[in-house]
Amino acid sequence: MSILVVMEQRQDRIANISFEAIAAAKQLAAHSQAPINAALLGAQTESFAAEIAARGVNKVIRVEHPLLAHYTADGFTLALEQLIHKEQPSHLILPHTYQVRDYAPALAARLGQTLISDVVAIAATENASLVFTRQLMQGRLNGDYRATGAGPCFVSVQAGAFRAQTAEAPSSPIEVFTPTIDPAQIRTKPGEPFRGSSQTVDLGSAQFIVSVGRGIKDAENIPLVRQLATVLGAELAASRPICDNGWLSMDHQVGSSGQTVSPKLYLAVGISGAIQHLVGMKGSQCIVAINKDPDAPIFEVADYGIVGDLFEVVPALTDAVKAARQ
Amino acid sequence: MKIIVAIKQVPERDAQVRIDSAGKWIEESNLQYALNEPDAYALEEALQLKEKHGGEVIVLSAGPERVGQTIREALAKGADRAIHIDCDDLGTRDALGIARLLAAAAKQENPDLILTGLQSEDLGLGQTGVIVAELLGLPHSTLILHIEKTESGLTVKRELEEGWFQTIELPLPAVLTIQSGGNKLRYATLMGIKRAKTKEMRRVTAAELAVDGAPVVVLDRVTLPHKQKSTQILSGSPKEAAAALVEKLKFEARIL
Repeated sequence: MSILVVMEQRQDRIANISFEAIAAAKQLAAHSQAPINAALLGAQTESFAAEIAARGVNKVIRVEHPLLAHYTADGFTLALEQLIHKEQPSHLILPHTYQVRDYAPALAARLGQTLISDVVAIAATENASLVFTRQLMQGRLNGDYRATGAGPCFVSVQAGAFRAQTAEAPSSPIEVFTPTIDPAQIRTKPGEPFRGSSQTVDLGSAQFIVSVGRGIKDAENIPLVRQLATVLGAELAASRPICDNGWLSMDHQVGSSGQTVSPKLYLAVGISGAIQHLVGMKGSQCIVAINKDPDAPIFEVADYGIVGDLFEVVPALTDAVKAARQ
Repeated sequence: MKIIVAIKQVPERDAQVRIDSAGKWIEESNLQYALNEPDAYALEEALQLKEKHGGEVIVLSAGPERVGQTIREALAKGADRAIHIDCDDLGTRDALGIARLLAAAAKQENPDLILTGLQSEDLGLGQTGVIVAELLGLPHSTLILHIEKTESGLTVKRELEEGWFQTIELPLPAVLTIQSGGNKLRYATLMGIKRAKTKEMRRVTAAELAVDGAPVVVLDRVTLPHKQKSTQILSGSPKEAAAALVEKLKFEARIL
């Protein structure tokens, strides 16, 4: 039995979350002693395969086919289905990316399995069965999941949950697997990726960011946080729902679908802290959260917190900063 | 176009959730429920497609009796009719099991398009739509922000990570999972609420759909997460807390 890790290529690099998936597989292997094989899908995978081979895996499998040059759910599902039949892994570990979310549930279902998605921790119980922890209720709770089926167990891991090892290891063997794919089996036609509308708000280089979330309740309350941002000399940012509602333009968005920031100060106002938001800001030097819910997940990453009504706390804070700066 | 929108009833976003006494799920008594927000965007997209191209919007949802209320809200917003898969044991089914129920009910309708939100706000598995597509043998795409009907099928705008997007063409029938923010959500009008009362809501039981309900993945235990950092909570009145925070930022974090 082996563990199969599916690596993800992103434009001109291997996405780091793929190496985190290898780290998760190593944690799993510590319990089962199974060898870890890494698969990379594409039309030309040679150079990246060499990079992966230096990361301490048993072997690297280049799953190559001209029809895998561009990602499609149909192509990737077919190719991996065939690879699984050949390799018979006990576990499949995937990075929880948008791409994996697009095909892995279908791949698992095709084999009568259910993907355990967005896993943040792996542990073994006393009777050696494996427990996969994932977040529930927008990060407010954790759930421990267990696979009870006989087939391969599918697991996708959350970005940042496992630490990728950077140390170079002796190079492992690389082999090529050529799946059988008929052009007619690819039903979707993907276009080239393109950037959204030009970014006019550069949050990436901001030293101070005041970010606003759902707690602000209405577009007409936005000036309240804008004032705080102004006295702090901070950029104004937002969580996704604020941009979805059109209260601030999309280029203010921090999170997995927006910008990733790491300012000196990140002040989150009325943001509960769903994982999609946290991944975009948890690298900030100092995080302050103002929220009425003491159990909001934002407090799990905050250095300082004020539990209270933002409509009272924010004006008070604006005044306090003004006074301090005079 | 005949469009099915699969929706889920979830605990209200601001609801105080407590772990139940068995430690296996949350305490459901006194919990308020609402329509899963990404599903609200899927419904909106379906209603706009119908307004442009004609056809029918059918809402599909699985769950206990209380789910009927969320279905009525969807009908009030403009869906034409609904199918309620009546089952009290959703919690014991895994994502594949629930998708099997939805797929079996959807199949009877022979729809042109099935839409659903990209993920639920309670379990957040983000899989249901994709599994339904696989079970029905239909092409699919996920994280869709915009749908354009073409002569041969659909052209959709898919969200990628880090601010990138992609256009995808696919034939009909198809399954799409909808990302939030593509449209502005509508509210139900008084007239809509009135009309919803007379719209067809067909009930079907899980047993009638005769699908395999045995899970291959089970949720064993629900726990409170460990804190990643120790947060200093600054207490007192808003004014006191604000002053304390400024002090901390100035003299402890040294960033002001």
